[in-house]
Amino acid sequence: MLTDTQISIRNLNLSIGSNKILNDINIDIPKNKITVILGPSGCGKTTLLKTLNRLTDLYPNVKVDGKIIIDNEDILHTNKDITEIRKKMGLLAQRPYPLPMSIFNNVAFGLKLNGNNKKAVLHERVEHYLKQVSLWDEVKDRLKEPASALSIGQQQRLCLARGLGVEPEIILADEPTSALDPISSQAIEQKFIELKEQYTVVMVTHILRQARRIADYVIFMYLGEIIEQGFAKELFENPKQEKTKMYMEGLIN
Amino acid sequence: MSFHFNSFYLRRKLKDKLITWWMNFGLAIVIILPIAIGFSLFMKSHLIFENSSITGIIFSKEWKPLSGKFGLLPFLMGSLWVTFLAVLIAVPVCLLSAIHLTQYAKKWVLHMMHPVIDILAGIPSVIYGIWGVIAIIPFVQHLAAFFGKSVSGYSILAGAIVLSIMIVPFILNILVEIFRTVPEELTEASLSLGASHWQTIKKVIIRKAFPGIISAVGLGVSRAFGETIAVLMVVGNVIRIPHGIFQPGYPLPALIANNYGEMLSIPMYDSALMFSALVLFCVVVFFNLLSRMAIMRFERKL
Amino acid sequence: MNLMRRKSEELFFRVVMFLATCIIALVLFIILYGIFHKGISSLSWEMLTSTPKGGFYFGKEGGIANAIIGSIYLSFGAVLLALIIGVPVALFMNIYLLKFKKIVNTIRFFLDILWGIPSIVYGAFGFSVMILFGWKTSLMAGIIIVALFIIPILIRGIDEVLKTVPMGLLESSFSLGATKSEIAFRVIVRQCFPGIVTSVLLSFGRAIGDAAAVLFTTGFTDRIPTSLSQPSATLPLSIFFQLSSPVAEVKNRAYAAATVLTIIILVISIFSRYISDKYKRNRIG
Repeated sequence: MLTDTQISIRNLNLSIGSNKILNDINIDIPKNKITVILGPSGCGKTTLLKTLNRLTDLYPNVKVDGKIIIDNEDILHTNKDITEIRKKMGLLAQRPYPLPMSIFNNVAFGLKLNGNNKKAVLHERVEHYLKQVSLWDEVKDRLKEPASALSIGQQQRLCLARGLGVEPEIILADEPTSALDPISSQAIEQKFIELKEQYTVVMVTHILRQARRIADYVIFMYLGEIIEQGFAKELFENPKQEKTKMYMEGLIN
Repeated sequence: MSFHFNSFYLRRKLKDKLITWWMNFGLAIVIILPIAIGFSLFMKSHLIFENSSITGIIFSKEWKPLSGKFGLLPFLMGSLWVTFLAVLIAVPVCLLSAIHLTQYAKKWVLHMMHPVIDILAGIPSVIYGIWGVIAIIPFVQHLAAFFGKSVSGYSILAGAIVLSIMIVPFILNILVEIFRTVPEELTEASLSLGASHWQTIKKVIIRKAFPGIISAVGLGVSRAFGETIAVLMVVGNVIRIPHGIFQPGYPLPALIANNYGEMLSIPMYDSALMFSALVLFCVVVFFNLLSRMAIMRFERKL
Repeated sequence: MNLMRRKSEELFFRVVMFLATCIIALVLFIILYGIFHKGISSLSWEMLTSTPKGGFYFGKEGGIANAIIGSIYLSFGAVLLALIIGVPVALFMNIYLLKFKKIVNTIRFFLDILWGIPSIVYGAFGFSVMILFGWKTSLMAGIIIVALFIIPILIRGIDEVLKTVPMGLLESSFSLGATKSEIAFRVIVRQCFPGIVTSVLLSFGRAIGDAAAVLFTTGFTDRIPTSLSQPSATLPLSIFFQLSSPVAEVKNRAYAAATVLTIIILVISIFSRYISDKYKRNRIG
C-alpha cells in the first residue's frame, strides 16, 4: 500500500478518566506527503495528533496503550528522553502562541536549546527559516521587536518558522488556520505544500474544502475511530464507507 | 536526523536535574514548615503539663507566674471578646458593601475600591496600632463619657474597632469573589419571574452564597484571633476577665508578645507562653481549615 | 401597600449599602490623615539620616536611620530568601505537576493554611529554635523567620499568575523539545514577569511591616547593623518601642517612622496595582 511510511500506529487506545477518546487506531502516515486527519468536531483527531509527540503525557488521568512507531522506534515505550522525541516533530497549534520574546528569539529558541550560540550562525539560520515561511521580508527590519506585535497571520507563520528551527522531520498541525483570515490561511496552506518536499506534514482539520485543497493522504475519523484511510483522490471520489460518504455530503458534522 | 549525544546535551540534562532537585527542596520546606512549627511548640509546652492538665490551664483564672500558676482564662476571654466584637462590626459592613459593589454600583466604583482595599490590606499592624492610639483611644474615651463612664480609652472596644478595620479588606475581598461567582442565570431567572432586584438579592443570591458567607466569617475570625500588635497597643493589657466593652483586656497573642523577654527568667514561663502560642496556632488553623473546606465545597456545588 | 413597604425597604438598604462602601473608603482616608498629621511635621533630613542619640527610649537627639536601614536590610534579605525557595515551588506546581491536579490542589490548600498562621507564631517558633541552638537575636535570624512568614504569600501570589498561562503556550513550548526547567525559566517566567513583580512587591510590603516576628528574633538597637549577626532596628519596632516614651522627641521619632512606613506601603500598593492593571490590558489571551 504505502511505499514509504513515516509513522505507523498500531492498536492505539486512549482514555481520559473513564472516557474513551481513541478506540483501536491503526494507521500509517506516508513520508513527505500532506496527511490530513479529517472528521467532525470532537471526534478525537486533535488527541490523536497530540499522541504523536506525546503531549498527551501532560493530561491528567490519561491511559494510553498500543504502539506508535516512528523511525523504527515505538515512542510510547522507549527509554529515550522525551525531549529528543518531541524535537523530531514541530507543532503548529490552533492559535498562534508566540513565545514572550522578540521575533528573532522566537525562531532562535530551538537553536539555542541545542547549544548554537554563535551570533553569526543564529542570524543565518533565523533568516533561513523566516525565508522558508515567507516572513523574512516583512520582519527583517524589526527582528528585535516583541513577537506579539505581529498580526495573527504573521504570528502563525512565525510559529511555523520557530517549529522548523528545531529541525524536525514531521510537522504536526492542529487546525492551524482556524484563527486566521482567508489570506493568511491560504499562505499557510501554500507553505505546507512547499514544505512537504522536506518534511512530512500531518494536519488536523474539520474543513472539508481545506482537505480537498491540499491533502495527499486522508484519514477520516468519527467518534474516536478510524473509519477510512487512503490516498486523497480515491477517498474523495470513491469513499468506500457509508459514514465517509455521509460526511463528504455534509450529512454529519 | 542524527541523535547527537554531545556534551551540551548532557549539560542540559544536568541543569534540568539540579533545578528539579532545588524545586523539590523548596517544596519540602513548605510542607515541613507547619509540621515543624506545631511540633516545636508542642515540645516546648509540654513541660507545663507536669503539674496541671490542659483543661486546668485553659480554664483557670489565676495567672501568677512567680507562683507557678498559669491560668489562661483571662487571656482567652480577652481574645474572644475582641474577636467577637470585631467580627460583629466588620461582617455587616462588608456584607452590605459587597452587595453594593457587585449588584448596584457602577463598574468604576468597584475599580476605584480595589486600590482602597489593597492599601487597607497592606497597612502594617503597627500602623493600625499607632493610629488606634492617636484616634480611637480618645474616641472611646468620649464615647464612654457619653454613657457616664470614665475610662482611659484603652479597652476591648478600642481593640475591636481597630481589629474590625483590619479584617475588613480580607472579608470584603472574599465576599466580593463569592457574590461574583453566583451564576448570572440564577439572577436573571429570578428577575424574569417578576422579583425585584432587592428581592432577588435577599432570597436568591444571599441564600446561594450563604455557605460562602459563613466561610468568609470563619476566615475573618481566624485572622482576627491571631492579630497581635495593633490590638496590643490599644487594648490595655490588664490581666482580668473583661466584663464590658469599655474595660481593658489582654488577648492571647498580646500575652506572648509582651512577655517574651522574661520567658527564660521564671521557671516554666517559657512553656506557658509556648503553650499559648500552640493554642493560638491550633485555633487559627482550625478555623482556617474549616472555612476553606466549606468554601471548596461551596464552589464545587455551584 | 405591600409594594410600598418593599420599595422603602429596598431604598433603605440601598442607602445603607452605599454608606457601607463609603465608610470603608472614608476610614482609609481618616487613617492616612491621622498618621500624616502627626508625622509629617517630624520628618526632616536629620530625622531620616541620623540614629537615636542617648538611647532610643529617652534620647532626645537623633532620628530613625537605624530603623530605616535595618528594615531595608531585613526586608530585602527576607524577600530574596523567599524568592529562592518560593519561585521554584510555584513553577514546580504549575509546570511539573500539570498532570497531578489533586497534588497541586493539596499543596495550594497547605499554602493557604500556612498563609493564615499569624506572624507571632512564626516568631515564637523562631525564638524557641534560637534558644535551642543558643543563638542571639540577629539580623540573620530575622531574615530567616520573616522569609518563612512571607513564603506562602509569595508562592500563592506567583501561583495565581502562573495559573493563567494558556495551555497552548505550554504545549507549544514542550513541542519544541524544551525541558521542563527550560520552559519554566525561559518562557513562563518571562510571560508572567509583571505578575511576579507584583507578588514580590506585596511580599516586600508584608515583610517590612511586620513587627511580631522580628520582635523575638531581631532585637532592637540604636545602631545601624554592620553584619548579619548583629541585632537590628526595624521601622515597626521603632514605632512600637518609642511610642510609649514620655519624652516628646522620642514620640516624634515614632510618628516619623510611622509616616515613613506608611508612605512605603502606599507606594508599593499603588505601584503594584498599576503594574497589574497595565499588563492585564496588554496580555494576549
